[in-house]
Amino acid sequence: MNNLETLYRQVIMDHYKNPRNKGLVTNSLYKTIHIKNPSCGDDITIQTKVENGLIKDIRHDGTGCSICCSSASVMSETLKGKTITDAKKISSTYINMLTNQEYDTSVELEDAIVYQGVSKFPARIKCASIAWKAFEGTLEESE
Amino acid sequence: MNPYELRKDFPILNDETLCYLDTAASSLKPRQVIERLDEYYEKYGVNVHRGVYNLSYVATEMYEEARRKVSDFIHAKFDEIIFTRGASSALNLVASSYGLNHLTSEDEIIVSELEHHSQVLPWQNVSHITKAKLVYIPLDSEGRITVENVKKVLSNKTKVVAINYISNVMGYITPIKEIISLAHEVGAVVVIDAAQAAPHKTIDVVDLDCDFLAFSGHKMCGPTGIGVLFGKKKLLDNMPPIEFGGDMNDNVNLYDASWKDVPYKFETGTPPISEAIGLGAAIDYLLSIGLDEIGKHEFKLKEYTVKKLKEIEDIIIYNESAETGIISFNIEGVHPHDAVSYFDGDNICMRAGHHCAQLIIKWLNVVATLRVSFYLYNTIEDCDRFIESVRNARDFFKSVGF
Repeated sequence: MNNLETLYRQVIMDHYKNPRNKGLVTNSLYKTIHIKNPSCGDDITIQTKVENGLIKDIRHDGTGCSICCSSASVMSETLKGKTITDAKKISSTYINMLTNQEYDTSVELEDAIVYQGVSKFPARIKCASIAWKAFEGTLEESE
Repeated sequence: MNPYELRKDFPILNDETLCYLDTAASSLKPRQVIERLDEYYEKYGVNVHRGVYNLSYVATEMYEEARRKVSDFIHAKFDEIIFTRGASSALNLVASSYGLNHLTSEDEIIVSELEHHSQVLPWQNVSHITKAKLVYIPLDSEGRITVENVKKVLSNKTKVVAINYISNVMGYITPIKEIISLAHEVGAVVVIDAAQAAPHKTIDVVDLDCDFLAFSGHKMCGPTGIGVLFGKKKLLDNMPPIEFGGDMNDNVNLYDASWKDVPYKFETGTPPISEAIGLGAAIDYLLSIGLDEIGKHEFKLKEYTVKKLKEIEDIIIYNESAETGIISFNIEGVHPHDAVSYFDGDNICMRAGHHCAQLIIKWLNVVATLRVSFYLYNTIEDCDRFIESVRNARDFFKSVGF
């Protein structure tokens, strides 16, 4: 059977069809980062509002394949309400998991864990990481 | 030609599970080419044009013999062939040397939305710098460049027409002979991107009467890192070099220098020696099969595949009438990058994306397309495997909710 099945059957299709926290806001309290992958057309914008060391809100918008768009939605759900320290830890753990590097399995990745399957499709790692990279960028802007 | 026999020449195809349908991006390389590269590195792997010793003489002879093979291949003269890094470098050379030095704000450059970025972006740059106007040929309803539509934009202001011979997305053959003749009537020069043509059909630059023509080695069984620019001698003679350094110079003084004759004034630094020799071997290989035979074979596979694809629900084909071996398509409602991972899972290599041609993707009004492209080593069995995979992919994506 094609390995894709498990990947798509789980959270990905749900978030692709019904994205959470989608749509950007015009609010100077949000830091905005836009990342584009010109070779495939994935195009994601992430907005983060940080208050007192907490991720108060994450918004996203953009176009791309199902893995790219769903991972933006999953990322926003996973990291909203976390402290900056925890969010950074989850994000770096997630990226390490995708790229087949050693990662701390004690870190709770919540729904984002399903993207583990993407590591079997090296050509798609970029799709699954672009929203998370943009999120990390918004934190750098906040500092 | 017998593709089953030819497949044995390609070491990569020892993996019988591999279905390679991405020749338009890069072709596979046969043993006959790989061996010539090894031979250079093992037996005479030294520099050319410089060493006053026997090995260097041998390397120089082999490098220049490759130039002769290329010139014969497209019916050009020996000194009309410039070796470059690829078709992109060759097209950039024309734009940077001819374009920047001959055009003014009074002039017009004709291009099309059907071009690869390597043909349109160098001329965008020339247009920005010289203020010459960039003019687009309106494409017909199928997305083709037609002689009629070229006539609509051609005028006495036209100084350059820069178009493809075969589109890398749509696989259409452009009627360049008629277009070149019309362009010459208004005094324009014509630059042909033949990257998708040279591997698949016979090219005769004398018969076409084209002014410049570019192609790459790696799409025609040759190595990466080698491309060709053909230019008419009288044009090349009047163009300045764009890269300066070793080997291209004649006499060097403190404040000025003179250049070698064409083609050497355009080839500074140590050239891609093994790559040029490998390209020569690729040309020998293709000629031993026959280019027109190869073209016919690819077209037959494409016609067969299109017919079968049309029997599958939700398949949109963008270039049904193509005369070559390229199919651009999508599965309705499925992003091409989702689809291509399915094919990858079946070990089918094909392209998804913009194909370095965003203008035609925008013209088609889609986010991206899937593309398969056939070559001499593809068989009906490859087509059947691909069609089966498309059918399964379509069913799979619909079943998970796309």
